[in-house]
Amino acid sequence: MIDMHIRPKDNIAFLRTDTKNFDVEKIKADFPILSQKINGHSLVYLDNAATSQKPQAVIDAIERFYREDNSNIHRGLHTLAERATAAYEKSRSRIAGFIGNVSREEVVFTSGTTASINLISFAWGDKNIKAGDEIVITEMEHHANLVPWVMLAQRQDAVLKRIPVTTDGRLDLSKLNDIITDHTKIVALSHMSNVLGTINPVAEIAELAHKKGAIVVCDGAQAAPHMPVDVRELGIDFYAFSAHKMLGPTGVGILYGRSELLEQMPPFMTGGEMIREVYFDKVTWNEIPHKFEPGTPHIAGAIVLDTAIDYLEQLGMENIRRHEIGLTAYAIDKLSAIDGIEIQGPLDANIRGSAISFTDPNIHPHDISTFLDSKGIAIRAGHHCAQPLMRALGKVATARASFYIYNNEDDVDALVDAIKEMRKYFGV
Amino acid sequence: MNHQLDLMYRDVILDHYRSPRGRTPIDDSDFASEGHNPACGDDITLKIALADGKIKEVFSHCHGCAISTASGSIMAEILKGKTVEEAQELAENVKKMLKGEDFELPDCAGDIDALEGVKKFPVRIKCALLAWMTLLEGIKNYQSGRGQDVATISTESGDE
Repeated sequence: MIDMHIRPKDNIAFLRTDTKNFDVEKIKADFPILSQKINGHSLVYLDNAATSQKPQAVIDAIERFYREDNSNIHRGLHTLAERATAAYEKSRSRIAGFIGNVSREEVVFTSGTTASINLISFAWGDKNIKAGDEIVITEMEHHANLVPWVMLAQRQDAVLKRIPVTTDGRLDLSKLNDIITDHTKIVALSHMSNVLGTINPVAEIAELAHKKGAIVVCDGAQAAPHMPVDVRELGIDFYAFSAHKMLGPTGVGILYGRSELLEQMPPFMTGGEMIREVYFDKVTWNEIPHKFEPGTPHIAGAIVLDTAIDYLEQLGMENIRRHEIGLTAYAIDKLSAIDGIEIQGPLDANIRGSAISFTDPNIHPHDISTFLDSKGIAIRAGHHCAQPLMRALGKVATARASFYIYNNEDDVDALVDAIKEMRKYFGV
Repeated sequence: MNHQLDLMYRDVILDHYRSPRGRTPIDDSDFASEGHNPACGDDITLKIALADGKIKEVFSHCHGCAISTASGSIMAEILKGKTVEEAQELAENVKKMLKGEDFELPDCAGDIDALEGVKKFPVRIKCALLAWMTLLEGIKNYQSGRGQDVATISTESGDE
């Protein structure tokens, strides 16, 4: 067994910042949607791994853009076009800073994590993967970081290998040297599991992958909203995440790619904006990142991601991480104490995020979700777009509660009380 | 308690869920079908034996949520003594009931009407439908002379 303890490089330890100012009630008040009643109860929103709610500042910023600055970007020469372009590019710079001060040309706007990963699988994958090459993924991947690799392997006649998951929901690294070999060209893994909450030792795996000559693609959809991320410290080549899970709008995603790789890659989708010169028999590409941004993007969405990051950084990503470690530990403690409830994934909050999957031996996750909804509590139930992981866990589905900046121990208590009541209701 | 919730999880439903009927295996069947809902992970296995043109024995084993389990159990109870055509008619009407369309149930429809509350929960309608869609698939096979093939149906894909 290779010793792969989480190290500071994985961005989760050594949180020094004082959290005295992390006032959840004040944060909650910034999210208008949270003040409503659902089925006669105050809304307790615990489906943050699916999407986060939006603060008033982000809602206002969207409105302000359409009211004052709306224009297409890059091509216009009038004042509104200049304003919109400047705001769009400012947001790109902000994101470059958010993930570890990378170069702004390494930040590609997409429509979401799924689009980001598809882009890599086609543009880098089809060019570089040959028959017999190996693609390594993990058993805990979301379909977004799984199906594109299954399809790439099929297109190129490559071999798809996987890193298995241990019974406690961590990557089983005992045979890693047999899985990642000299034939491996891509290692694709999630930074944080959307089902298990597990934070993977990305830096260590990336180090090994690079020694073998593979590139590393990291799905950061669950991690980026919840903890400090430094893609250079992680030592990865590509990082994909979505705006909507971090207070921003849906329809906006990010692909970070090392400039050297982005330069070498052909475009994925073609059309306007991504070109330099077009003839009927010849087309030359725009520089990166624009080469990967054809057509009119979700301009307002990309711009207000800057506002969302403002909000997160005012709280501090380290403070957010620390808040969630405390809340996750509290929730695991309380949920574990309920007779019969089984938690999937690591029980140590220090090595996991705040998405907590659980099952009841006698109540189907969909019944759990319906019952909790009747109490105003929003959770998710199902396979969470991770069917291979569900098979490995021997479950058809799980219920999942996932927390964010506006959740506190009262929300956990509401969840726990409702689960206890549910078990009486179903009488099983 | 929450009235809206009680509309779906009626006592009758919860009773079928806690003690499902139709779980006794049968040796010979005239037709069989399997239903699967990949989004929920719900599975149902259905076997039907006929005698004198009527349904004599029903094996209905559903592994899933309270609604799909109860629906499969209610179905097992009600099908006995019905002709294949009557069973088909019944299943079609259950579909209509759950979709909020005009429907007609015979007098001897057992606990079927207890399922009607599910229509207030759009995302759960497929749970109640699974058993009946599986039955219809089996009947289709039987009527086309392929009763010995196990008909399979997958009701929905994609989730989250």
